[in-house]
Amino acid sequence: MSETRKLRVATTSLAGCFGCHMSLLDMDERLFQLLEHIEFDRSPLTDIKHCGPCDIGIVEGGICNAENVHVLREFRKNCKILIALGACAVTGGLPAQRNHLDLGACLQEVYLTEPGLSHGLIPNDPELPLPLDKVHPLHEVVKVDYFIPGCPPSGEAIWTFLTDLLAGRSPHLGHGLIKYD
Amino acid sequence: MPFDLETAPNPDNLKRVAIDPISRVEGHGKVTLLLDEDDRVQQARLHIVEFRGFEKFIQGRPYWEVPVMVQRLCGICPVSHHLAAAKAMDQIVGARQLTPTAERLRRLMHYGQILQSHALHFFHLSSPDLLFGFDSEVAKRNIVGVAAAYPDIARQGVLLRKFGQEVIRVTAGKRVHGTSAVPGGVNKALSIEERDGLLKDIYTIIGWSRDAVALARRLFEQHLDSYNAFGRFEAHSLGLIRADGAMDLYHGGLRARDKDGRTLFDHVDYHHYWDYLQEDVKPWSYMKFPFLRQLGPEQGWYRVGPLTRVGQCDFIPTPLADKARQEFLAFDAGRPAGSTLGYHWARMIEMLHSAEMIKELLHDPDSLGTDLMTQGERAERGVGMIEAPRGTLIHHYKVNEDDLVVRANLIVSTTHNNQAMNEAIRQVARQYLDGRKLTEGLLNHIEVAVRAFDPCLSCATHALGKMPLQLELMDASGGLLDRLQRDTDGQCTSPDA
Repeated sequence: MSETRKLRVATTSLAGCFGCHMSLLDMDERLFQLLEHIEFDRSPLTDIKHCGPCDIGIVEGGICNAENVHVLREFRKNCKILIALGACAVTGGLPAQRNHLDLGACLQEVYLTEPGLSHGLIPNDPELPLPLDKVHPLHEVVKVDYFIPGCPPSGEAIWTFLTDLLAGRSPHLGHGLIKYD
Repeated sequence: MPFDLETAPNPDNLKRVAIDPISRVEGHGKVTLLLDEDDRVQQARLHIVEFRGFEKFIQGRPYWEVPVMVQRLCGICPVSHHLAAAKAMDQIVGARQLTPTAERLRRLMHYGQILQSHALHFFHLSSPDLLFGFDSEVAKRNIVGVAAAYPDIARQGVLLRKFGQEVIRVTAGKRVHGTSAVPGGVNKALSIEERDGLLKDIYTIIGWSRDAVALARRLFEQHLDSYNAFGRFEAHSLGLIRADGAMDLYHGGLRARDKDGRTLFDHVDYHHYWDYLQEDVKPWSYMKFPFLRQLGPEQGWYRVGPLTRVGQCDFIPTPLADKARQEFLAFDAGRPAGSTLGYHWARMIEMLHSAEMIKELLHDPDSLGTDLMTQGERAERGVGMIEAPRGTLIHHYKVNEDDLVVRANLIVSTTHNNQAMNEAIRQVARQYLDGRKLTEGLLNHIEVAVRAFDPCLSCATHALGKMPLQLELMDASGGLLDRLQRDTDGQCTSPDA
């Protein structure tokens, strides 16, 4: 890592569980080393609410509603390199298990007929973003430069990937770092 | 509903301000405010905007898959879901009493998780507000800023979290989304090398946890009046409690107390939780609003999590944390114990308790056993309950004779705090925002109140469905809102149908 200018990195979690961001933090004290070479733009770790011009965008989670699409496009527009981090970003992941279900019926069940509800109603305020009928992986919506599989990828894998990228090498995750669980 | 500031009487012509997304919390949420022409707050709401649907799509899956599937609700507290589901599935396979080793390893995993999650929340997410000030400079108000200004604090936070993650890794097999809790026990023993690796660091970890309690206390002391008053409201409380009244984050009966500390119910067998709890739905959030059945939706909402647990247990069964608890309760006539920012202090006391529990469990010879599994007479229903980092977590399943899940109900910790978080932001809106020109720093006060609860908004979005209202929200920058209405009569239709 021999960069002089700090690279600007944005991260976000869309329809994910934050586990990939946890793995990002699982590089532990090496995080401080990384911070000598990068600075964060929009990220769950900062209070920057919109992504500005960045070198690297890291996106966790798939696309499940209109707002996810909006945020993803903002990332693509602003980031030179876009990384799909983890199973949900790469394939839709576990949330895509809902893709074979009739959503109307699900909604009825969860908000209207489930026992234990005092009086059911289906949330319908315009403040709630429109859900999509299916959960999509990122590359169905924008061009993605790199895919890192895993649920989640390990902190070690993310560290190796980023240090390669920062050093100007083609990132390479060898045996033991590419995992699908 | 009669909650003040929940719904503006005349929403037309009010100015909308959105905090979107709420940052430095886990998951997806936003706060909207409606202000009149004098900038007086007329409405304040915390919205959970995403929708996933685990309860529905695990139907039809084999029961033994569930503990590994449902933990993917949340990457910060996957262990909670992993264990709550496993506890429910224990009943399905008739494992009424786990082997001593299995119970200890599950507890070890759980305390590892409480430790890492509390460290993450306090140091990585909330400490910037507490150390720099709620309206401090945005560019610095994050863990990177803390690392620059207070390198020792940041470093200890990172290493405390690391230790908790390592406890999880050796017990669950993986730091995030492990695999060891299975119906009837665990599938992985703890090796002597793994135990010794943790024992080597545990005393340092306990020392740093004590420092963290002292730091949380010092920050409270420095801003005593403002912290005590910040987003303060009175609420009932709910949580699990051990049979002897001790704090027990892994197992117990339900205890609820009212605003004045009087017991509403105690040591209730949680397998019948629905006799005590009920849920409400509001149109503006995907997160439901639970309440105590005996008091009804308007009076029966309550608070869960560290503040409640430290406040309503009779004692903490480890010495350092219990001493810290007594000091917390005695401090300033007990006022921090009812304050929203008191959550941080209570959370650090629980982190210390977890570190002490990990030490005890590592020294317990049963933790190294290899008798890991048990089973008994098959049942069709299972309820698992646990105190997750953020509060009481309920998993409830019904499994058919083909081993497939036919029904699931999950009430996650953050959902219990739904009304309480809304009360907190409304209180802060009244205290700090009313009639003033809004700045980023003032708006961050709202987020500080939400963060105090350490909400897991990702967990809270488990319910699946499709928004039936044919309205599309395009959220533009600067908090402006464009709406495209494609109105029908509210009927839900699937585009696939």
